[in-house]
Amino acid sequence: MLKLDKISVKLGDFELQKISFDVEDGEYFVLLGESGIGKTVLLESIAGLIEPDEGKIFLDSENISNKKIQKRNIGIVYQDDSLFPHMNVRENIIYPLKCNHNSKKEIRDKLNKIVDKFNINSLLYRKINTLSGGELQKVALARTLITNPKILLLDEPLSSLDVNFREKIKSILRKINRDGQTIVHITHDYQEAISLADRIGIMENGKISQIGTPDEIFRHPKSQFVANFIGIKNFYRGKIVIKNKSNEDISDFNIEDLTFHILSDAKSGVGFLILRSEDIIISNNPTKSSARNNFRGKVIDIAHAKLGVEITVDIGVEISALITKESLKLLDIDYGKDIWVSFKASAAKFIGG
Amino acid sequence: MQKNKIDIFQLILIFLGGIVLLFILAPLVGLFVNTEPSQFAETAQDSEVCSSIWLTIWTSIAMTLIFSIFAIPLSYILARKSFPLKGLVNGLIDLPIVIPHSAAGIAILGIVVKGTILSNLAKKIGFGFISAPAGIMLAMAFVSIPFLINSARDAFGGVPERLEKVAMTLGASPVRVFFTISLPLAWRGILSGLVMMWARGMSEFGAVVIIAYHPMITPVLIWERFTSYGLKYARPVAVLFITICLILFVILRILAKKKNYVETR
Repeated sequence: MLKLDKISVKLGDFELQKISFDVEDGEYFVLLGESGIGKTVLLESIAGLIEPDEGKIFLDSENISNKKIQKRNIGIVYQDDSLFPHMNVRENIIYPLKCNHNSKKEIRDKLNKIVDKFNINSLLYRKINTLSGGELQKVALARTLITNPKILLLDEPLSSLDVNFREKIKSILRKINRDGQTIVHITHDYQEAISLADRIGIMENGKISQIGTPDEIFRHPKSQFVANFIGIKNFYRGKIVIKNKSNEDISDFNIEDLTFHILSDAKSGVGFLILRSEDIIISNNPTKSSARNNFRGKVIDIAHAKLGVEITVDIGVEISALITKESLKLLDIDYGKDIWVSFKASAAKFIGG
Repeated sequence: MQKNKIDIFQLILIFLGGIVLLFILAPLVGLFVNTEPSQFAETAQDSEVCSSIWLTIWTSIAMTLIFSIFAIPLSYILARKSFPLKGLVNGLIDLPIVIPHSAAGIAILGIVVKGTILSNLAKKIGFGFISAPAGIMLAMAFVSIPFLINSARDAFGGVPERLEKVAMTLGASPVRVFFTISLPLAWRGILSGLVMMWARGMSEFGAVVIIAYHPMITPVLIWERFTSYGLKYARPVAVLFITICLILFVILRILAKKKNYVETR
């Protein structure tokens, strides 16, 4: 287990103030925060590259705050590839083994194993500047993981990749984590956080403002920063099921007994569904429209927002709609009233997880 | 209209630049043109000239290699570390470039004359500085070392610090990081600095002549022949020396032109 105890660092414009959190063995922990708030500084403090001004870092109950970088057994992979440009892929991957004076046989065995795992056999003798973004990240991961680090630190590893590679690397990261690797990942992308994290820590103004599962964070945001993310109230974990009929582009998203129809090209599997409150339509009677999702439910909450009114309706799950005060009056909405909720399949955003 | 303006401006640039090139080339070409092949051949067989050129080459190469052992680590420190008075140290390194070289020679003479710590130490080991190759090397190094330090410092500065950090998290010791990451990635700049230091040292006259008139390095020999016998006798020596320097310089520049990994990415 990794434990940070009141870590404070002041470095130029950044100031991290008494950062504390625990990461359990095998956990995927994502630190989510805007760019330029010192997330990398925190990661480098864990790795030992920056010495914190205050606080302690424990790894498996051992205080590693003053332990040598080389002896911490913590690997780091950065956003921009950090492969050594004067070495080929093979030389890069075996670099840590040479540092640790592994025998030739050990190097060969470990190399073969990691190369198979990442499916990078064809890249071994390629020069670094001939690799694509996704290949670079794969090699960087392979080079770090060949040392079997206790903790893998990832500094925005997907930010510089295009969409295709991003999904591939995400799936690799999930697999590594399923295999037992503890991961601390920092990002400014909430979708990335949702799709990968077991738990998310929100970083704001040099502090951790909230820690919780994606569900807890997005359903009950403790700060404006998290609340600024789109459609936070309508956030559901469930399973997407692809319909096999070729003339339909609609998939089913099942949350317990409830099924939403959504427009998505995602493959079948579990994940999260996000619906913006602004995209939910409320009516007193069922209406015929292009909205493929129509549910009857009871109003359980009416909250006045900065702009408009947020209506929470129980349709089997809680769903929030943002409407105007005029609509509230016109539809005569009150607590306990039965109303209809509808939204278009295209309004739903699925994030694989 | 605008196109014409650009053309005229470019013509002015080319004209002004051309004058500079002519200024550099004309005296050198004149030197070659005014030297008869027979004189050139005769000079090439002159044992005094040959031993002087050989002395100049080996002392300049040796001083470059010896002083690089001290200069490269200093360059790395200047590129990577922050410390009080760093600006002053950087300024100090450029000092040998701005002071007159004869004055530099006088200054060096002050630390190598009889009775100084350096001269006593050298005497114990079995060599001396005055009128000796060691003195020549010291004078050459003093005036040329800024070229290596500045070039190597910039080259180390160009190596992404992140690569060094990653290497450490992968288990590399600071020594291994220096030799396997920083040095190879900065090598092109360092090599270029070594070539510049060597070239500048080899052509030094002012500082060397004060410490070691004898044995004569070629710049001193050219001066000696000019003052004693005149232009006719000095010119073939200069031509021969310039030819050899140019050949060596071109070869080293080609070697130094190896692909720079950091810049090409």
